Amino acid sequence: MYRYIVKRLLLAVPTLVGAAALVFILMRLIPGDVCVIRMGAGGSHVDAAAVALCHQQLGLDNSLFVQFLDFLWSYVTFDFGNSMWSGNPVAQEIALRLPVSLEVAVLATVIAILIAIPLGTISALKENTWLDHVVRVAAIAGIATPSFWLGIMSLILVMNITAMASGKPWLPPIDFVPLWQDPIRNLSIVLLPAITVGYRYSAVTMRLTRSAMLEVLREDYIRTARAKGLLEQIIVNRHALKNALLPVVTLIGIEFAFLIGGLVITEQVFNLNGIGRLLVQAVQNQDNVLAQALVMLVVIIFVVTNLVIDVLYAWLDPRIRFS
Amino acid sequence: MYVRTGLWAAGLGLAVAIAAGSAGAQTPKRGGTLTYVIPADAPPSFDGHRETTYATVHAAAPYYSVLIRVPPDNPASTTEFVCDLCTEMPTPTDGGKTYTFKIREGVKFHDGSKLTAQDVATSWNYIVFPPKGVSSARVSYYEMVDKVEAPDDTTVVFHLKRATNAFLPALADPYTWIYKKEILEKDPHWFEKNIMGSGPFKFVSYEVGQSIKGVRNPDYYHKGQPYLDAIVGIFADKQSVRVDALRADRAAIEFRGLPPSARDQLVKEAGADIVVQDSDWNCGNILTPNHKKKPFDDVRVRRALALAIDQWKGAPALAKIANVRTVGGIVFPGSPLAATKEELQQMAGYWPDIEKSRAEARRLLKEAGVEGLKFELLNRNVDQPYKFVGTWAIGEWKKIGLNVEQKVVPTGPWFSNMRAGTFDVVLEANCASVVNPLLDTGKYLPAKVYPENYGQFDDDKSVELYEKMQTEIDPKKQRDDMRAFEKHTLDTMVHEIVLPYWYRIILERSYVKGWKISPSHYLNQDLANIWLDK
Repeated sequence: MYRYIVKRLLLAVPTLVGAAALVFILMRLIPGDVCVIRMGAGGSHVDAAAVALCHQQLGLDNSLFVQFLDFLWSYVTFDFGNSMWSGNPVAQEIALRLPVSLEVAVLATVIAILIAIPLGTISALKENTWLDHVVRVAAIAGIATPSFWLGIMSLILVMNITAMASGKPWLPPIDFVPLWQDPIRNLSIVLLPAITVGYRYSAVTMRLTRSAMLEVLREDYIRTARAKGLLEQIIVNRHALKNALLPVVTLIGIEFAFLIGGLVITEQVFNLNGIGRLLVQAVQNQDNVLAQALVMLVVIIFVVTNLVIDVLYAWLDPRIRFS
Repeated sequence: MYVRTGLWAAGLGLAVAIAAGSAGAQTPKRGGTLTYVIPADAPPSFDGHRETTYATVHAAAPYYSVLIRVPPDNPASTTEFVCDLCTEMPTPTDGGKTYTFKIREGVKFHDGSKLTAQDVATSWNYIVFPPKGVSSARVSYYEMVDKVEAPDDTTVVFHLKRATNAFLPALADPYTWIYKKEILEKDPHWFEKNIMGSGPFKFVSYEVGQSIKGVRNPDYYHKGQPYLDAIVGIFADKQSVRVDALRADRAAIEFRGLPPSARDQLVKEAGADIVVQDSDWNCGNILTPNHKKKPFDDVRVRRALALAIDQWKGAPALAKIANVRTVGGIVFPGSPLAATKEELQQMAGYWPDIEKSRAEARRLLKEAGVEGLKFELLNRNVDQPYKFVGTWAIGEWKKIGLNVEQKVVPTGPWFSNMRAGTFDVVLEANCASVVNPLLDTGKYLPAKVYPENYGQFDDDKSVELYEKMQTEIDPKKQRDDMRAFEKHTLDTMVHEIVLPYWYRIILERSYVKGWKISPSHYLNQDLANIWLDK
């Protein structure tokens, strides 16, 4: 197993280099640069001398080849450089925002799992009953509903309901506090976005759980277990669910990895200072260094998540061995 | 509840406030924390000398002092300036070329050290004559300054190359914060990431991209102020977040401006809990034809573009959906140097009879041989009001048979295309802070004089008219010179087409008192005179 893990990690290196080259080229294809955007923020006056000085300070007056070499070297030496927009170290910019995205992603995942797996299982067990239909409609609605719309609607709903109930509309706080500083305030901030994202996440997972369960429940060993007189609860929990969870675990892992950098719109709607919003800002500001670092972070998260999922397979299904 | 601050009244030195509980009618209450939203992501830095974004001013202005400023109780005035760090407004000497300011004594920086004229002079030298490696975004504003010196600890003297009425408005620029000389000379980049001034509030904390907090400066030199105990600025670049925050009282005010739809929504939902202040904005969009691209090198074509647009009818219609309102020329409407309606109506693009105007436009296009001309309008990918105004302009041109496609691009490519001259006609912006027509109208000069003019033209006559205006001290003659420059720019040569000026709509919770709207979102942001009536 350890050799497998090391081999997978080594194979990740060309993936990372390829991703690095791609994001480097793509960012530089966008016309304009960070200095012009910063100096011309007011929409008109751009002092040419100030722009030239800015180019010099940020190394934008170097050739593209030199810039690419600097970029690659920064990753070899683990010095990821400074944001071209703020001048702060990239690691610091990311470290400030990663916990926010992580918290929402973890909470959304927990909500999704708590909803999806039981409901997906029940839906499979009660196939073609009214309960199955209700769950399936809810799942389709979750997939079809854009999360940004759901987020905005949830805020409006909360405000309107509280306005009707108490005469004053209530909104979660818009300035983030960490969990350890004020748990109640923190949860009041992240709960709505987590539910918004978690609903869509659970919808996809619910459908996969249902179809995986239906497939497993039709297997011979399940029929044998029933013929032996085992309780249905034991059959489902001990035999069927564990096998059905293999594809579900894959999906959960991939979705979680996606959430880290993919909560762009949710973070905008709820004013969360997370990684997704930072990535959008970096691209808009043409902050090449920061945008590159964020893309690399997402790639690394995907690679590691996939590896963790593969290792989890062995725990879920002992028949799987790594040669 | 509506509070309108009329510019025309302000020009007479009056602020027209129609609201119960205006600051003058009540005694300010001390205490409380003002939470306001800043419609931006994290500012690129906190250095006011370097930056041009309102995100920097809205975040950091409360922590700094300036030498002079627009009056906080009448910030809409386009002619009045008052002291902040100085003791009284000086009368210029030496034929109007020397301004001697006496600096208040007993002013302290937030670290407890004394602020003297040396700090003021050094800060100004870094703004006007930045050393190598130091960025100053407004050097061109102060080209009239020859020298800044501090002969003693309470005196700062500005020596100008020539007498000009443009100097005092330029001096009142809201980004000209006074930094500590010792820090500035040791590390001029220190203020990019750090805040330490002498303003009404002391910096407490900044969470990157999240919020910035300050507390009252107990040693503030304007006695009795600030009224607030603390301030919290929350960064929220999404409009719906800011509107919801105002509605639910998570924030008390937003200082940039919201569109008419947000105003209508909040007034309907929140009723008397929301107060609206509005004002003309010293910002506007300009259509700039590329003079190097055929057929826009032909003045007849440029003139036709201007004649096609019905400003008088378009402006009130646009005002319902976009942040625009007032028709104006190259000078901010309402200021003493601005054209009257009658004067505007003499120029192309402002004729009172639009049918006659469009008939003339069609005739000119026919004469130039470009009937049915097809071209592209380059626009910035910002809704308010760029895309609204661009779409409207295209609709107007369609009425004279022109086929125009709007190419909307993000800010970076918008600037790149303008600077490279790779456009047919561009919708650009001219935004300024303190109303300073003599400097603000520099935008209309050819690029060899004003590099940020992207029209790709040369015009010695334009430069001659502008320079004549700059050196004229007599207000009446200066006004005549401005009319001549404006007529040449907009009517004779049609280098630019000025579209309706932006309109600033500020929404605040009704318990916020003391703050008055101004024509610029950069002005009046030190928050010293704000108090909470709760």
